[in-house]
Amino acid sequence: MISAFFVFNQKGEVLISRLYRTDFKRSIADVFRIQVVSNSDVRSPIITLGSTSFFHVRINNLYVVAVTKNNANAALVFEFCYRFISIARSYFGKIDEEAIKNNFVLIYELIDEINDFGYPQNSEIDTLKTYITTESIVSSSAVAVEESSKITAQATGATSWRRGDVKYKKNEAFVDVVETINLSMSAKGTILRADVDGHIQMRAYLSGTPECKFGLNDKLVIDKSERGASDAVELDDCRFHQCVRLNDFDADRSISFVPPDGEFELMRYRATSNVKLPLRIIPTVTEIGTTRVSYDVTVKTNFNNKLSATNIVLRIPTPLNTVNVECSVANGKAKYAPAENVVIWKIPRLQGGQECAFSAVAELTSTTTRQVWARPPIDVDFQVLMFTASGLMVRFLKVFEKSNYNSIKWVRYLTKASGSYQIRVRRVFHCVLLRKFKKINIQF
Amino acid sequence: MSFRAPRKGENYELSVDLNSEYREKRKDAIKRTIASMTVGKDVSGLFPDVLKNMQTDDLEQKKLVYLYLMNYAKTQPELVILAVNTFVKDTDDPNPLVRALAIRTMGVLRAEKIIDYLCDPLQKCLRDENPYVRKTAALCVAKLYDLKPELVIENGFLEQLHEMIADSNPMVVANTVAALTDIHIAASAQPSTSSSDPGIFIISAAILSKLLIALNECSEWGRVAILNALARYEAQDEKESEHICERVVPQFQHVNGAVVLAAVKVIMIHMRGVRRGDLIKQLVRKMAPPLVTLLSSPPEVQWVALRNINLLLQKRPDILQNEMRVFFCKYNDPLYVKVEKLEIMVRLAGENNVDALLSELKEYSSEVDVDFVRKSIKAIGQTAVKIDAAAERCVNVLLELIGTRVSYVVQEAVVVMKDIFRKYPSTYEGIIPTLCANLDELDEPEAKASLIWIIGEYANKIDNADELLGIFVDAFTEESYPVQLQTLTAVVKLFLKKPDSSQGIVQRILNTATKDCDSPDVRDRAYIYWRLLSTDPGAAKAVVLTPRPPISIPRTTVTPALLEELLGEVSSLASVYHKPEETFVGRGRVGADSVQKKGVDSGSDDRFSTQKALQTVAAGQQAENLLDFDDVPATNGQPSGLAATQVLSQTPAAANLLAGTSSNPLDDLVSIFGSGSNASLASAGTPQNTFGLGGLSLGGGDSLGAFGSSPPIMTPSAPSPPQQPQQHSQPQDDLLGLF
Repeated sequence: MISAFFVFNQKGEVLISRLYRTDFKRSIADVFRIQVVSNSDVRSPIITLGSTSFFHVRINNLYVVAVTKNNANAALVFEFCYRFISIARSYFGKIDEEAIKNNFVLIYELIDEINDFGYPQNSEIDTLKTYITTESIVSSSAVAVEESSKITAQATGATSWRRGDVKYKKNEAFVDVVETINLSMSAKGTILRADVDGHIQMRAYLSGTPECKFGLNDKLVIDKSERGASDAVELDDCRFHQCVRLNDFDADRSISFVPPDGEFELMRYRATSNVKLPLRIIPTVTEIGTTRVSYDVTVKTNFNNKLSATNIVLRIPTPLNTVNVECSVANGKAKYAPAENVVIWKIPRLQGGQECAFSAVAELTSTTTRQVWARPPIDVDFQVLMFTASGLMVRFLKVFEKSNYNSIKWVRYLTKASGSYQIRVRRVFHCVLLRKFKKINIQF
Repeated sequence: MSFRAPRKGENYELSVDLNSEYREKRKDAIKRTIASMTVGKDVSGLFPDVLKNMQTDDLEQKKLVYLYLMNYAKTQPELVILAVNTFVKDTDDPNPLVRALAIRTMGVLRAEKIIDYLCDPLQKCLRDENPYVRKTAALCVAKLYDLKPELVIENGFLEQLHEMIADSNPMVVANTVAALTDIHIAASAQPSTSSSDPGIFIISAAILSKLLIALNECSEWGRVAILNALARYEAQDEKESEHICERVVPQFQHVNGAVVLAAVKVIMIHMRGVRRGDLIKQLVRKMAPPLVTLLSSPPEVQWVALRNINLLLQKRPDILQNEMRVFFCKYNDPLYVKVEKLEIMVRLAGENNVDALLSELKEYSSEVDVDFVRKSIKAIGQTAVKIDAAAERCVNVLLELIGTRVSYVVQEAVVVMKDIFRKYPSTYEGIIPTLCANLDELDEPEAKASLIWIIGEYANKIDNADELLGIFVDAFTEESYPVQLQTLTAVVKLFLKKPDSSQGIVQRILNTATKDCDSPDVRDRAYIYWRLLSTDPGAAKAVVLTPRPPISIPRTTVTPALLEELLGEVSSLASVYHKPEETFVGRGRVGADSVQKKGVDSGSDDRFSTQKALQTVAAGQQAENLLDFDDVPATNGQPSGLAATQVLSQTPAAANLLAGTSSNPLDDLVSIFGSGSNASLASAGTPQNTFGLGGLSLGGGDSLGAFGSSPPIMTPSAPSPPQQPQQHSQPQDDLLGLF
């Protein structure tokens, strides 16, 4: 259980402090400031001093800190911290010092609601929003009483995520399949690791208490029903929103649920087999003497020419002693960003089947000292609409409701990469000082 | 009120506003009061003014006043009584939110005066028709127990909680379970409770079935609470264990990592009772994908998962057999994640994936963070020792790394090479020239000592070994003690192998070591060598040039008993630190007592339990070092010998043990020595064993022991403790005979 919860700013000033249990004094916040905030070399997200453990998460120059005094459940504490962050994001649009300072009253209300005596309580954002709002609620009127009974029933019920009385004129459901590719490719072009983290985002605007059934081209399902279906996808692992009946899935891999109202993440999945890489990057980095490095990078698309990749951003690392980089590109814009030691090449749009090239020469200052350059990989961000790297398709979404209304369903696919599509570059050699070698004879 | 704030300043202004006739102004003043409270200003003087605003329809304002009360009730016990009335009234409010809020707040006020008024409303709220109120009231019982346990027992709240496990609402069940567990832990932590007392919250078969039903319906946090309770249940028979496993397995698919890990914990515990091979296989197979998926969580959760995966792999190495690639480090992973991934990669290494692993490790060795680079190189060495078939490839990678001539890379590679020479004697002599070429680049004691050991070991094959060792002999007094010890042994080895050419150097070093050296260890070793050499060179040969026991990578980093204990606590802090709860949840004396109690409970004799306790404490200490990612070079990283006792005695538990829980002080010392040299990780430090170690470090048979610091790979006694005393009894006898 969590004994205390704090939010600090970058300077270590307390923005939010809530002690759930009495085993601490408020001054415990100072200990954290000294041990973590003002310590430049913190190398673990948990610090234990005596029997007090500080769990901290850094986000936008804030420290979200939970303090415990026993053998706490570490995963739970971190999940709780991240839940707090996502709730704050959803309430205030962003989470930073300003947002926390401007809304501290609301935050106190929230953290008292989502945690009681150190035990996390209901933290479904949609439900919270029904009774913790920025407008003040007057408690005595009869309507309010009835309303709060409903809210409390919802907050604790078996379907804590949905109210029973939702009504829409037009019943619609939007399904977004968003896949993030993780790629590391070696300098030689062999794939070290390629996998897909997918999540299916759903926006349900459906009346009543609809029962939904959701079908994917999951290999395990398809193999069972129809033989010879070739486009099935092998999912390594799926994780579901709490509305999905896990027992059903465990039994026959069917995904059935009563959806929350509005937007929610229905499932996350992971796929590692047959990942289609939408972009191929072919880098060549050559060193010319000790003062120049030349780059030739080609980007090739690897999908149907009806689709296109957008917002492509390549970050091509340069040595630390780079003075200037001259780039020439066929498509988009390229600029050297000295602060980050990278050349940023932006391509707004690239049609399927096309390719484009980049070449540049970096001028280096000559150094006498050996400088270690970590040689970060080339990092690519992009988006491809209506394309899934895993090949996943939504086969059906069935909605059953008592009133038997018709519903319209929309499906969209998006594959993207941000910060995880990495192509390594071959070593660039540094200048090596000649050293005196010791003479050694050996006989065998 | 005896004290009033002066008629100026911030607090005075607030007080005026709190008494304003305008509602909005009052509410705003409360907000400002809370803001001052948050930044640590003392606003307790405003207590009566804030209290006046408690009676309101505005829920938000009510919450703010309550928040203030929670913080200052303790400082103003006289005034809190004024609030009681409103609280009690609120628990009767038609609005369930207000009722719940009142009961939630009353429980944490912690003023003696108010507690007496808490029992009646609590009684009522526990039976409230609204589940939201009931779930809040359930936790309130735990709050009350924390404050005044007698009241909880007198009022029969415990029985009531037990009834509530059967509540129709899953959230109420979850909170009831949480409250009961909280009380159970608090009660069993009391020193007065005897170990025979079963405790307050016993999970019976009837409760079990209710929990299993509620599990599928409640919120994510509730699931964790219920899973924790399931973990404590002791299954009656195999069938029940199977049943629990089958019901818990679907939780692997939950989106919340805490639920997944809690489910893993339950499965790991109840799998012990399952005997059907196919079911165990199936459970293990189902466990792998969710564990891998945890790696796409935020880094902190990832780290917790990785630490636990490390433990799980020690118990079941087959779990993630084909998944090594997902543990490859990303460039932007935080360091603590990378280091953990490295360890797991080595655990998963096998002949089929060793090439991929090596090329990764080579990549990492050229990154910027020195610590990570060193660990990567160490991992290469561990791979070489682990997989015979890959040793040559590992050596080639190391040679390439030495070619980079980056100082710390070269030094670490030299240290690692020494381990490879230990494991595969006389196989890679060809690379000795390359190593020696870097001799004057070495400035770290461990690297120097390693190279000296290699030179001494292969002295008969290196033409100019005397010349090379001469460099160190010349600078002998300036070197650190480990290097001195190593130089001494290496020169003696050289002399024994090539007596003709090295008479001078051995004379010189024995002279210097006995006369000019200020470390008693070095002097003693020099004296013994001197005597050995002058009395019986044959005996000297038997002692110094004795074959060494083989080394291997220990499969576990903790004792088997501790591993079982930690696997029962998956995802807790203990499992993250890989050390038992007692080592960091310091209940002072209680910690030591409970350690001792455990030993007695398990029926083993006192001596053994004491040893075990100290061992785990020592192991914990090492884990702590690991956790802090000490930048200190390995040589200073681990205190050995007597230094270790000092460190150990700083922990209360160990201090107590040292102070006399054991009848035989020698036992304690022995186990501490054992832990200092890592031996205790694999073997209980019996006196015989320790003596063996002492003999070894004299003999140079285990010159490695002298390095003190120890990545697991270097622990000579870890893999094969039983043979060790045997192997060395011969030289020991000789040695004793000489005396």
